[in-house]
Amino acid sequence: MTGASVGSAPQTGARAATGRVRRHYSLLTGTDKLVLALMVGIPLVFDLALIWGPTVGSFLISFTNWNGIGSPFDAKVIGTKNYESLFTAYPFFWPALSHNIIWLAWLMFVATPLGILFAVLLDRVARGSRIYQTIFYLPVVLSLAVIGIIWSLQYAPEQGLINNILGRTANDNLIDWLGNPTLNIWAALVAASWRHVGYIMVIYLAGLKAFDPTLREAAKVDGANERQTFFRVVFPVMMPINVVIVVITTIEALRAFDIAYIINHGKNGLELLSTLITNNGISESNRLGFASSIAVVLLVISLVPIVAFLSRMMREERR
Amino acid sequence: MADLDSPQTVSRRSILKGGVAVAALGGVSAFLAACGNSGATTAPTTAASTAASTAPTTAPSTSGGESPQASAGAGGNVTLGSNYSDPVPKGVLASVVDTFQKQSGSTVKVNTVDHGTFQDQISAYLQGTPDDVFTWFSGFRMRFFAAQGLATDISDVWSQVGSNFSDAFKVGSTGDDGKQYFIPIYNYPWAVFYRKSVFQDKGYQIPATLDDFKALCQKMQSDGLVPVAFGDKDGWPAMGTFDIINLRTNGYDFHVGLMAGKEKWTDPKVTTVFNTFKDLLPFHQEGAAGRTWQDAAQALVQKKAGMYLLGMFVSQQFQTAGAADLDDLDFFPYPSFGTQYDAEKALDAPIDGFMLSKNSPTLAADMDAAKAFLEYLAQPETQVAWVTQDPSNIAAAKNADTSKYTPLQKKAAQLIGDAQRITQFLDRDTNPNFAGANGMQAFLLDFIQNPSQDLGAFQKKIQDFWDTL
Repeated sequence: MTGASVGSAPQTGARAATGRVRRHYSLLTGTDKLVLALMVGIPLVFDLALIWGPTVGSFLISFTNWNGIGSPFDAKVIGTKNYESLFTAYPFFWPALSHNIIWLAWLMFVATPLGILFAVLLDRVARGSRIYQTIFYLPVVLSLAVIGIIWSLQYAPEQGLINNILGRTANDNLIDWLGNPTLNIWAALVAASWRHVGYIMVIYLAGLKAFDPTLREAAKVDGANERQTFFRVVFPVMMPINVVIVVITTIEALRAFDIAYIINHGKNGLELLSTLITNNGISESNRLGFASSIAVVLLVISLVPIVAFLSRMMREERR
Repeated sequence: MADLDSPQTVSRRSILKGGVAVAALGGVSAFLAACGNSGATTAPTTAASTAASTAPTTAPSTSGGESPQASAGAGGNVTLGSNYSDPVPKGVLASVVDTFQKQSGSTVKVNTVDHGTFQDQISAYLQGTPDDVFTWFSGFRMRFFAAQGLATDISDVWSQVGSNFSDAFKVGSTGDDGKQYFIPIYNYPWAVFYRKSVFQDKGYQIPATLDDFKALCQKMQSDGLVPVAFGDKDGWPAMGTFDIINLRTNGYDFHVGLMAGKEKWTDPKVTTVFNTFKDLLPFHQEGAAGRTWQDAAQALVQKKAGMYLLGMFVSQQFQTAGAADLDDLDFFPYPSFGTQYDAEKALDAPIDGFMLSKNSPTLAADMDAAKAFLEYLAQPETQVAWVTQDPSNIAAAKNADTSKYTPLQKKAAQLIGDAQRITQFLDRDTNPNFAGANGMQAFLLDFIQNPSQDLGAFQKKIQDFWDTL
């Protein structure tokens, strides 16, 4: 969703500043000001009311033991106790954090490069490119919850397709894809990648289609081989797309939730920060204060890539 | 290019771009909301306010009676929030509601929500604009919402229908303040299910003691059967095994104390339970952590497994398989352990039922009709009609006519009737904060996959978790 605002980087405000303008004249007409006010104001109101309001609310609730019943203002303030218990006593926090990191590393270093590879290959294919694109892109159309259900069925111990193909359905040799806590995160990551690869592929392919072919020809004339052309010419020129892809991948990893939740509600090796929040806050459990403290931790972690991305974007705007 | 963008000259275009950047910032922070959203979501209450308040005003004048049943004769409206989203129970509820409407002239509007969603959103639902009557469970889960003031006291209904129920059911319907908040409709036993034909063919005997049980398991193994089917992907089935071993080893009072936090999870008595569980685990189906209870039931249906400890709802899987398979299904009570607690014959027999909400906007107007509806649900005839259509349960009323029961239902009624003590189930008897996916479910999954771990450290982990709640 951020993708749209990044692509238009380089040629900034060159055309408009044609003449020197005296200072006391306003650059903007009344209509301009109104348009600006509406453009900034309406999203800002929604942003404050729907995003920053709840965010600040969560932050404040994280210092209470609110159980979701009655007003949060009546809840007992317990200081940083939720955080202390989260970092020291709660047995599921560190596993969840490490699973989020594994998720990020896998998407970043396996799934995303694979998507880029597919894009590069499909860019070279002359015939049937559309068909391949459709095949790889199809999973992206499905919601992650549906993907979770589809893959749960494939991984099922006796009834699942995978164990049946491998012939591992007997009681003494079956592979417990979803139950084995060292295995199930990889099984979930394969399911997540199934979608992620197609997503990245399409974005990258769009970039490659817009790529100036003369650059490629120039590289060829200079005697570069395919690999050199890609890594020395195509990849650097595609930098804006690369940034988008890194951001998308990071966000996908941080908000990973659906597949783990569908498989087993995020337990037994599939704990993620997002599932911990849900299981503590939005379920029959009612530890809203504690869930909020996990949400705040996730927010702080999310801020790192988002701030990095925004500052980069702003810098490009200013250049 | 640089000189054009001197500090004084701000181009119109770049200001507009700045606006876009702010909008983009808003867009990005939407991700924060996606990640960090923990606010209480409001339940999708479809409670169409059918607040036609004409009935209650006319009712007293025509009947003049105090009894809710009398006023219901003149009709009224009730809204009912239902978690019966599966086709069979949904149809049963519809037919029961239908009969009530015909008898009383009242209208019951049923709002069905997916079972799991209903459970997850119960807090928000009851605080928002709930329906007048809602489906719920006995146990801690009922007492909790009663104590929070989110349920209406129905002691007056109980004074009318109390004689239909045994003491255990009254206790199961009573809140911490000694008032009743719950109308039991049915319950079902947890027992060891098996196929009669398999036991007959192989000449197996029903095991009376734990040693018999183990010997039978060994025999089944040598016959190429998986002795005990097991699927704990959902996290709760292993609780049933823990519960019954705990009840046989340490008795009902210890179970209650443990669930309430009065007893400690580090108690050596709990160690004994886990040790017994560990001894029995090799007889259980491998890969339980990734298998649903339905798939485990299929092992029993297909005669690959010999036994299965589960609630009587396992019969639904046999019902789907066919009438012959359903007829072949039987069960026996969990074997005795040679302890003083064998005599309790205790078992998990969770009770489902109905409650009256507090915050329903239509409740004041619908009160008489709603209580009449609850009274109707408490009648043995209603409950028998219910369990005839859904034979995986038995009526909660003690004076229910069991002559139309299936053999399995008759046996279940016998089993529950014989029990001196009845428990609800681990996750219904204790704090949901403790029993959930990131709680006891996870601990038990860890245990069944690593039964040889240091139990002292394991039990301390459970107790430490309890202590943080």
